[in-house]
Amino acid sequence: MTVNLDQRIQSAKENWKALQQGDDVRIYVGSATCGLAAGARGLLDQLPGALGDLDLEARVVPVGCIGMCFAEPLVDIQEPGKPRVSYRNVTAKALPKILEGQLKNGGPPEKWVFGTLGEGQYGELGRLEEMAVLGPQFRIALRNCGWIDPTSLDHYLARGGYKGLQRALDMKPEEVIQEVVDSGLRGRGGGGFPTGLKWKFCRGAKGDQKYLICNADEGDPGAFMDRSVLEGDPHAVLEGMAIAAYAIGATVAYIYIRAEYPLAVQRLRHAMDQMREIGVLGKDLLGSGFDLEIKIKEGAGAFVCGEETALIASIEGQRGMPRPRPPFPANKGLFGMPSNVNNVETFGNVASILREGAKWYAGNGTTESPGTKTFALTGKVNNPGLIEVPMGITLRDVVYNVGGGIPGDRPFKAAQTGGPSGGCLPERFLDTPIEYATLAKAGSIMGSGGLVIMDDLTCTVDIARYFLTFTQNESCGKCTPCRVGTREMLTILERICDGKGKEGDIELLEELGESIKKASLCGLGQTAPNPALTTIKYFREEYEAHIRDHKCPGKTCKALIKFTIDPEACTGCRLCSRQCSVGAITGEKKQPHVIDQDKCIQCGVCFDVCKFDSVIVE
Amino acid sequence: MADVPTLSPDVWRKQIAGEYASKPEYLIPILQYIQEDAGYLPPEAMLATARHLRIPESKVYGVASFYAQFNFEPQGEHRITICRGTACHVKGSGRIESELSSHMGVPPGGTTEDLLFTLEAVACVGACALAPVVVVSGEVHADQSVASVKKTVDKLKKKSQKE
Repeated sequence: MTVNLDQRIQSAKENWKALQQGDDVRIYVGSATCGLAAGARGLLDQLPGALGDLDLEARVVPVGCIGMCFAEPLVDIQEPGKPRVSYRNVTAKALPKILEGQLKNGGPPEKWVFGTLGEGQYGELGRLEEMAVLGPQFRIALRNCGWIDPTSLDHYLARGGYKGLQRALDMKPEEVIQEVVDSGLRGRGGGGFPTGLKWKFCRGAKGDQKYLICNADEGDPGAFMDRSVLEGDPHAVLEGMAIAAYAIGATVAYIYIRAEYPLAVQRLRHAMDQMREIGVLGKDLLGSGFDLEIKIKEGAGAFVCGEETALIASIEGQRGMPRPRPPFPANKGLFGMPSNVNNVETFGNVASILREGAKWYAGNGTTESPGTKTFALTGKVNNPGLIEVPMGITLRDVVYNVGGGIPGDRPFKAAQTGGPSGGCLPERFLDTPIEYATLAKAGSIMGSGGLVIMDDLTCTVDIARYFLTFTQNESCGKCTPCRVGTREMLTILERICDGKGKEGDIELLEELGESIKKASLCGLGQTAPNPALTTIKYFREEYEAHIRDHKCPGKTCKALIKFTIDPEACTGCRLCSRQCSVGAITGEKKQPHVIDQDKCIQCGVCFDVCKFDSVIVE
Repeated sequence: MADVPTLSPDVWRKQIAGEYASKPEYLIPILQYIQEDAGYLPPEAMLATARHLRIPESKVYGVASFYAQFNFEPQGEHRITICRGTACHVKGSGRIESELSSHMGVPPGGTTEDLLFTLEAVACVGACALAPVVVVSGEVHADQSVASVKKTVDKLKKKSQKE
């Protein structure tokens, strides 16, 4: 079996070489969910016709998400012997012009050129890897995303696929575990628990059947790293799972994936079929004597099921309610058997660790936090997208280099890490290196990778309320501190945002928050107060402004803001009055308009649509 | 709410038994299968599930009602899903939610009388760089505004009136 795989890898490498250095033109189109939604689906349909019209021939290769979401749809054209020329924000109208420009006239149209990808130089065009957006990034979990066709096993094999598993199966399970321990890999789902150690516990536990579980629930609003890895490089996760299963001795594995990721489920199933073809799934993996079956279980819309014990309950067919620990899943997990739960990204790193070695992995990042971390960088940044950076990089580097700064050059207000379980870090943390310990010390957490940037037009009290609304909704209800505590905190926050805050509210929130953290049964309750507690810690004056001055400095809370029209700037174009759903804006054509404050519901639509900046918020 | 015909518990049971063995761990996949088929969870199907798995009907309801994915009422032909994730929120999706809700005359989670639209808000679609995101019948629409979503909804309404 192993012989067959080596032969297959050899032929895959040859095919890949042919693809990279082929005699034909290759056109890569970013085809993950975001790319397709941004317009790539239309482009894929358009390409055959567009090429035909110009009498051109090319091989079209759909690839996964390269992470530069702000530039989607991305289309890369690679001529024989030259690097890929990447085009950004490609529209249906632009496509024929781009094809004609580069392939017929030898001149990539500047309007859409982003830069080149990969080895080599193309004329005067800049190399993306040298630009601020990609330069600081180092990709391990995302190494294949955007480069390979995720439905092609050959592409995965050609770039070192299943070498990690081959090496692992030639080692003893304990040696595999030691390799992962030595790498320093920590759980990428947010907890940051040393992965190798977790595996050791499960290996040492007693049970007739052990289970390996992949947590692909990715419930944090604002996080989509796992989705991208699953859609763009499913084999990376599956190989990591196979290695882990061998290490802990689990012959059955589950992938618990949220139902909202249908494309990822599709790609996983397809990849699993391919695994069976080459003998890395099923009975007697690569002749090692180790059996493995993987089952996919879809979630049903419960954030709390991202918590490992709730996840296990859900697989068992129960309500997704967490269980007290001890006993830990390593000893008593799924169906009462020893189980190990790891996050998608954690598995995405495992194959690389086994392939390149623990020392190589630990050479990235910092001593406290080895390796790299993916982040979903979103919010008020010019380059929102999926990034992977070495641990230890500063927040400033991420926001202003990779992120391209804040739109409109507006001032930075805060960065939210860790989603509903995390916290808001103000400006003075911009030069903090991103590590598990530094973020925890600041009162936040690393989290699964959501990183939301906020500018001065954001209200941190509103953000605290927003996150607590989410966690309150998702609270399973089992334990009183979370069920009742979060409801109480939310009521207070809503009052404050409504302009009805009272003296003592802030102190009450602090006291409640601390109690809920201490007394809750699971991670959801234990971290739900974090957004409120960190915003109070770093933006107390904003809370005070709401309560004492009835003002919202972030110009967001409806009850505390007023929309007016500047008569000097207003041109009377009537765009706002047509959009106003309560008829609060009146005025003659081409004359300055007025907002009736009694009718206005502060929805902000007029502010959004005005092209002359004449709507003022205060 | 319009009357939507459904199958009898016995017919449901045969259908379910053809797909899934009688094991408690299949409860959620069975509910997902029913919803995929009928668009929601009819009471007859819930009863059939309880009988097939040999568990109390209350247990089936207990599990189904825990998960947000499951609907207990017939759904609209077009599903409008507004993403209320962090990135979308920061870019104004709250506004889209309230404005669209009043424009369509249903609260988030509700279905219009004519069974044409179901409006829902979800915590995160996972396409954050395209914020604000609205999903219309499975298709992800990027960079949305109150105006653009209203336009899409009105277009769909006109289209169905013509048919």
